[in-house]
Amino acid sequence: MPRSFKNEKDPWIQMLEIKNLHACVEDNEILKGVNLTIKAGEVHSIMGPNGSGKSTLAQVLAGRDTYEVTQGEILFKGKNILDMEPNERACEGMFLAFQYPVEIPGVGTAYFLRAALNAVRKHRGQEELDAADFLEYVKDKMSVVDMDAKLLQRSVNEGFSGGEKKRSEIFQMAVLEPSMAILDETDSGLDIDALKIVADGVNSMRNPERSFLVITHYQRLLNYIVPDYVHVLIDGRIVRSGGKELALELEEKGYSHINAPMAGSTA
Amino acid sequence: MIELMQEQDTYSAVFARMETETLDGGPEALLSLRKDAMQHFEELGFPTTKDEQWLYTNVSAIAKTTFCPATRPDVAVDAATLERESFAGCGFHRLVFVNGFFASELSDTTELDDKVTVISLTDALKQQPDTVMAHLAQYADYKTHAFAALNTAFMEDGAFIHVPKGVVVDKPIQLLFITVPNNETSNEPIVVHPRVLIITGESSQVTVLESYVGLGEQVYFTNAVTEIALGENAVIDHYKVQRESTKAYHIATMQLNQQRASNGASHVTSLGGDIVRNNINVVLDGEGCNCNLSGLYIPRGKQHVDNHLLVDHAKAHCDSREFFKGILDDDAHAVFTGKIIVRKDAQKTDGKQTNRNLLLSDSARVDTNPQLEIFANDVKCTHGATIGQLDDDALFYLKTRGIETEAARSLLIYAFASEILDEIKIEAVREQVNNILLDRLPQGDRFRGFKGLQ
Ligand SMILES: Nc1ncnc2c1ncn2[C@@H]1O[C@H](COP(=O)(O)OP(=O)(O)OP(=O)(O)O)[C@@H](O)[C@H]1O
Ligand SMILES: [Mg+2]
Repeated sequence: MPRSFKNEKDPWIQMLEIKNLHACVEDNEILKGVNLTIKAGEVHSIMGPNGSGKSTLAQVLAGRDTYEVTQGEILFKGKNILDMEPNERACEGMFLAFQYPVEIPGVGTAYFLRAALNAVRKHRGQEELDAADFLEYVKDKMSVVDMDAKLLQRSVNEGFSGGEKKRSEIFQMAVLEPSMAILDETDSGLDIDALKIVADGVNSMRNPERSFLVITHYQRLLNYIVPDYVHVLIDGRIVRSGGKELALELEEKGYSHINAPMAGSTA
Repeated sequence: MIELMQEQDTYSAVFARMETETLDGGPEALLSLRKDAMQHFEELGFPTTKDEQWLYTNVSAIAKTTFCPATRPDVAVDAATLERESFAGCGFHRLVFVNGFFASELSDTTELDDKVTVISLTDALKQQPDTVMAHLAQYADYKTHAFAALNTAFMEDGAFIHVPKGVVVDKPIQLLFITVPNNETSNEPIVVHPRVLIITGESSQVTVLESYVGLGEQVYFTNAVTEIALGENAVIDHYKVQRESTKAYHIATMQLNQQRASNGASHVTSLGGDIVRNNINVVLDGEGCNCNLSGLYIPRGKQHVDNHLLVDHAKAHCDSREFFKGILDDDAHAVFTGKIIVRKDAQKTDGKQTNRNLLLSDSARVDTNPQLEIFANDVKCTHGATIGQLDDDALFYLKTRGIETEAARSLLIYAFASEILDEIKIEAVREQVNNILLDRLPQGDRFRGFKGLQ
């Protein structure tokens, strides 16, 4: 049973509403009318074959301008965010854990993250943190994903192992405390121990005011981060939605049996 | 062609006049050196873009301008400027030159080891003419290089540094070249020909900083030549921070000749100037040398900066590295030529060239040509050049974390530069260049006080 959460005072109980979203890159339509509503406190998972548009959806939500939104709208806490810059969305509480985190040589992780945190804090009307306060603040957050403090001294993602990169993404999420976190294949390439750590980190952050959109290929992750809903994205459309048992079905039967019967009805 | 002849004629006429008046000081050999250089300049003329070495740098603006020789300026350099430019408090030994003239009252070499000589070239020619003449113009080739010829003919003053065998100079030696308008009422473009001669003995060690500063925004021409004879097993770290007026022309030749097992490093930061050319020539004339050339250029507006490197591996077992980075904005144009010659006997040469450029505007331009000429068979040489814009993926990544576009751009630009800033080993100088860079970055203030953004 999906958890339902009601908070009458809360104006943005609809955390995220994606309505008929179409997005193109160079005349090539990748998202072909995505509809998805995520309430505050919910965890949704998106699964789907390679190249179906999962990362595109994640990047469009975060504000990547490579993709042109040609139709539809995205409401985040009731506000249309399509005209907002990625940093404005981040300040509003949107967070994307990248499928492929970018290496940025020459920019120290600690410096970068403090700049990020202070930008977000400023937007929230909180005081900016100096270097010492920041270090104090992140100590706890590092333990969330058992991250090695030495990584703070290195350039952002540079030379990080695959697992370190993914952990660092979740660590950044813990630092920035977003209200809507999109995790794009954060589990891919992790060994079981690392997967548990990352999942525990995410679970520790679940609360009624924070929602998650978890993109994954593997049902395995969903044993640890148990979703309220699972959606199947194929060829730029959500073709099926269900509870967590849908993931098991997909694991067993694959996408092909879903694709066929739905094709007619969504064309 | 006719026009060019006339341009040279101006210098010839000035030379003829000065020959009998001002230039007639010093040893007889110097006057004949000048005459020989002048003759070569007359034959060579100013280079044109038809000249292979000057394909991308047009100096006709320099050739066409009538510059008058600088005179000892009556404009004083105020205490605050001197304090700022001479890194007060860092205890550098220094010689100061104003419009090319040695200003002893602004200089300070009192803390220097007695064994080390740091004096003006004019004084050196009086005190030890034989030593000076044995080295002067022996390295920088004026027979094929017009600007070196011009400097050799007209050099007014400059610095003479001698570090004897085994001596380690504790603090950097700064040579501060300040250019001010000839006098307060005149805006006449002037030309200055600074000359530096550095001789170091076996197993000695020294750090030299040449600072070029233009006070005001006037047009002038600095035509500098630095010669370094680096002794066996000796170490030199040579820095140049060039902050001429943005209307100035700065043409400089640095000739470094290295003896066996010596270790030479040169770092050039180009910030000012309208047309800038840094000729950096190295001859690795003994086995087992190490040579490290690096530089940063940050042109904007219509600035043109050309770094022209030539490393001649004459002997075996030498390592050389060229590492230059540029950040270009507006309509700026940069040129990088890094040539490595490996002579027949220079086996086991290890040469590496890297030139990276960051373009911040669509109208900025870079011409980069790494070149290898290899006559030996057992060598390792690599070269790489890149010209790119700010990485979109990195920008997006930073922005998704809440960092504004401007700040994200500045962060990436600063990160690009920081790698080359780390090549500056004198902390005060690194700090100076760092601060200039930050001043130019939107929201650069945010990064002040951070080292390498850690
Ligand atoms: N910037 C781009 N330029 C051109 N094509 C793109 C771009 N981004 C995505 N695409 C194309 O859009 C389609 C969807 O890509 P996307 O990365 O969103 O898929 P995905 O579902 O995340 O796949 P995976 O499971 O392999 O990560 C692919 O065909 C891809 O090649
Ligand atoms: Mg993907």
